[in-house]
Parts: sequence; structure tokens; C-alpha cells
Amino acid sequence: MTYLPAFRAIVIREALRFVHQRERFIAALVRPLVWLLVFAAGFRAALGLSITPPYQTYITYETYIVPGLCGMILLFNGMQSSLSLVYDREMGSMRLLLTAPLPRWFLLFSKLCGATFIGVLQCYAFLAIAWAFDITAPAIGYLTVLPALVLAGLMLGALGLALSSFIKQLENFAGVMNFVIFPMFFLSSALYPLWKMAESSELLHDICAANPFTHAVELIRFALHGELSPSAFLWTGIAAFVFMALAIWGYDPARGMVRRKS
Amino acid sequence: MSLSVSDLSFSYGAKPALDAVSFDVAAGRFCALLGPNGAGKSTLFGLLTQLFSSADGRIEIAGHDLRKSPRAALAAMGVVFQQPTLDLDLSVRQNLRYFAALQGLSGKTAETRIDAALDQLDMRQRAGEKARGLNGGHRRRTEIARALLHHPKVLLLDEPTVGLDAAARQSLVAHVHELALGGISVLWATHLTDEVQMQDDLVLLHQGRICARGVTGDLVGGQPLQDWFLAETGVVA
Repeated sequence: MTYLPAFRAIVIREALRFVHQRERFIAALVRPLVWLLVFAAGFRAALGLSITPPYQTYITYETYIVPGLCGMILLFNGMQSSLSLVYDREMGSMRLLLTAPLPRWFLLFSKLCGATFIGVLQCYAFLAIAWAFDITAPAIGYLTVLPALVLAGLMLGALGLALSSFIKQLENFAGVMNFVIFPMFFLSSALYPLWKMAESSELLHDICAANPFTHAVELIRFALHGELSPSAFLWTGIAAFVFMALAIWGYDPARGMVRRKS
Repeated sequence: MSLSVSDLSFSYGAKPALDAVSFDVAAGRFCALLGPNGAGKSTLFGLLTQLFSSADGRIEIAGHDLRKSPRAALAAMGVVFQQPTLDLDLSVRQNLRYFAALQGLSGKTAETRIDAALDQLDMRQRAGEKARGLNGGHRRRTEIARALLHHPKVLLLDEPTVGLDAAARQSLVAHVHELALGGISVLWATHLTDEVQMQDDLVLLHQGRICARGVTGDLVGGQPLQDWFLAETGVVA
């Protein structure tokens, strides 16, 4: 069985690589914690939140943004692994991976699973710190959020993978920050509920509602309260599938963007 | 033939990079792919390793058509890329284990193969060291050991001596010649004529076309390889 050792090795390598980059782990945690403990403290006074599902009572702003910040961790993690893929391609380890005698989709999917695993670990570390600051979810939520984090992680990782096949050089990565991460994050329900957005602009609301990141965040939000949002699940799943297909197309030797002067 | 390339052409958009390239490497032969910078060597390696593919021409590795049965072809091929591929934070053995797993090897089989490949390259005593601690020559040897783990029939090396000092280069060239004597087909891309021996096969690539091919000693007809190379490629020394 060729597949299993390869899958295991790729995931372990991603994990080891992450362990060796301690700064990356700290940075990954500091970013959402700053939002949670600093920004949220300021915003809570400015933003009044009414009761919307899945919440059955008034909640603090901190509680509201926890799922969005989990999404942020997964988004950054997806982009980080995309960055490392571009770096890998320049270094040669991506070439090494792609010359393994296995289907290319399988190699890319294994890589994606490795990155998602790391992202989910970071989310749990973040949830644990939030819990220590008394920003908690129902106990069952910590279990039911796992599949939601995995699916959201796969979707955002697949987006990173697809992007990495189209980014020709490492230097172009700053563009990804400006044109992908920030719009995706701010035009979503991560920081404010969609109805709040509709109050200021219907157009912005529609953009937010179409953003796959919004659905990933809502999937996490409901799952963290032990509930399933079928529409968020469906949209996140579809987006994951589309991004993965795009990545496989991008890495196809005959058609993709890997074909370049190297 | 272990490696057979026929009528291979490739272009980057409108810019042609390879034009009807054909050559063969027989089992147990060391074939030097010699060409100045920009000759198309890296493009050829990109095509041979399926980083990208071309609709024109055909590549066969150990009898497998790379386009029709890519996995069988890749399984018969060991590659040492010009770019480093080792994870510097992992030990030599961990790096080799990762590659062995990519080839579907695990457990005892993988460990035995790793030991054998390290022995072959005189690297056994360094197995526990982190790749970061190795010098350039030993990193390259580790990469060659890595490329041999799955017992490939063809070994491709893309300018493997880049950045090495003279002694490390000489030793690497000697090692790989020995490997060829053991029955493996070697394609060694280089622009350095002192890495080629007179009994080696030679393919001279220039501006995407093959200018000459044959046994090196026959091609140069007694003159130094360097002079012949410069004359053939029209480069004034």
C-alpha cells in the first residue's frame, strides 16, 4: 500500500515543520488574541448585538467574535501554507513531492490535510486561552466544533493551495495579503453580524453573504454551540471542492501555471 | 534503453526552449548533458520529471511512456534537483525516511534501504546529524542517497555540483560514475566540461537543440573537451 505511508509522511512533515517554527505558532496565537482581548474590549461598547441564532441570550462581543477568530486562524494558516508552497517550489521540495509516483491530486490533498491539522491545533490552543479568560462555549461545543474546523480548514487550505499554483514568485505574496486575506476577513460575519452590515449597505451585505469565509465562520459558530448550520455546511463544502479542483488544475503539468520559466 | 527522449519540443509561450530533442541513455551508462547556461537543460529536466509536460515528443523511462503511465515512469526514476530539497531541521535519516515513504517504503524495508544507500555514498556515520550541520558536498551526497532509495533504473541530476568546492565536486563526480558502473543509467546535466570523462556519453545542448551526441572521446577527436565545447557552441573564450 503506497498511499498510507506517503500520506502519513506528508502530514508528519508538515507538523514537524510547524514545531520547528515556534515563532509561527506564537504569531498564529497572538493575532487572534489581540483581536479578542484588545479590539473586542473596545468594540463591545460601540456594537450592540441582538439575539441571533445560535445564541439564545444576549452575548458579549468577545463571545461573538471567537468563531470568526478561529476562522481567522484557519485563513492565515491556509495562506501561510500557500506561502510555504511557493517557497518550496523555489527550493525544490515541492518538485520532490510532485515526482513521487502517486497521483498528483493525492499528494496535494495530503499536503492540504497536513496544513489543516496544524490549523485545527492552533484553533484549539486559541479556544483554550479564550476559555482561560472566561470566554467559553457550551462543553459539547468543543467537540462538535472539530468537524467544522476541519471542513473550514480544508476549504481555506485549498484556497491557499489554488493560489500557490498561480503565484509565480515569492515576492507576489504581499498581494495575496491585500487582495485575499483582508477582504475575505472584513467582508464576512467574523467581526459583525450580517444584519448589522445590511443596515449600512445592502451591497456590502450581499458581498458578505456570498463570501465563503462567512459560511466557514457561521459553520464554526453553530458547531461551537452544538448545532449544525446546513447552509453553511453546504456552502463551505462546495467552496472546498471548487478550490481543490482549481488547485489540482493549477498543478496539472499539461495545463497549469507551474509551467513557467524556472 | 533505460531513458529515451524522442522529438521533444517545448516553448514558453511564443519563445521556443527545446526543439526536436532526441537522445537515449543505455543501462549502465553515464551520459553528460552538456550545455551553456540557457541551453534548455532545466526545461528538459522539468519535462523529464513531469513538472510540466509537452504535447510534442515522447519520453520513455525504463520502457514506460511518461505521458501514458507517469507513475510507473516516475517510480523508475531518481532525481537530484539543482535546488536543495532537504529539510534542514531534520536529520539525514529523517529526510530519507520522508522520501522513502513518498515512494511507498516504510518500516524495516525503508530502514534497510536507507542504510544501504547511506553506505553507498559513505554517509552512514552522518545519519543522525541534522542536515543543517552538513557541508554542501555531504548535503548533495544525502540527496543522491535519497534518490537511490527506491532502486531507480535511471538517475537524473540537474547541475548537482553547483556551489560545491573543487574537492567535493571531484568526489561527487567519481561517486556517480561508480553508480553508473553498477548498472544504473545516469543523466548528468552540467555546463562544466571537467565533470565529463572521455568514455562518457555526451549530449551537447545549445539554444534548445542538440548539436552533437555520442561518446565524448569520439566526438572531441583528441582536442580538449573545453575547446571543442566552446567551438561547437560558438562561445569565444
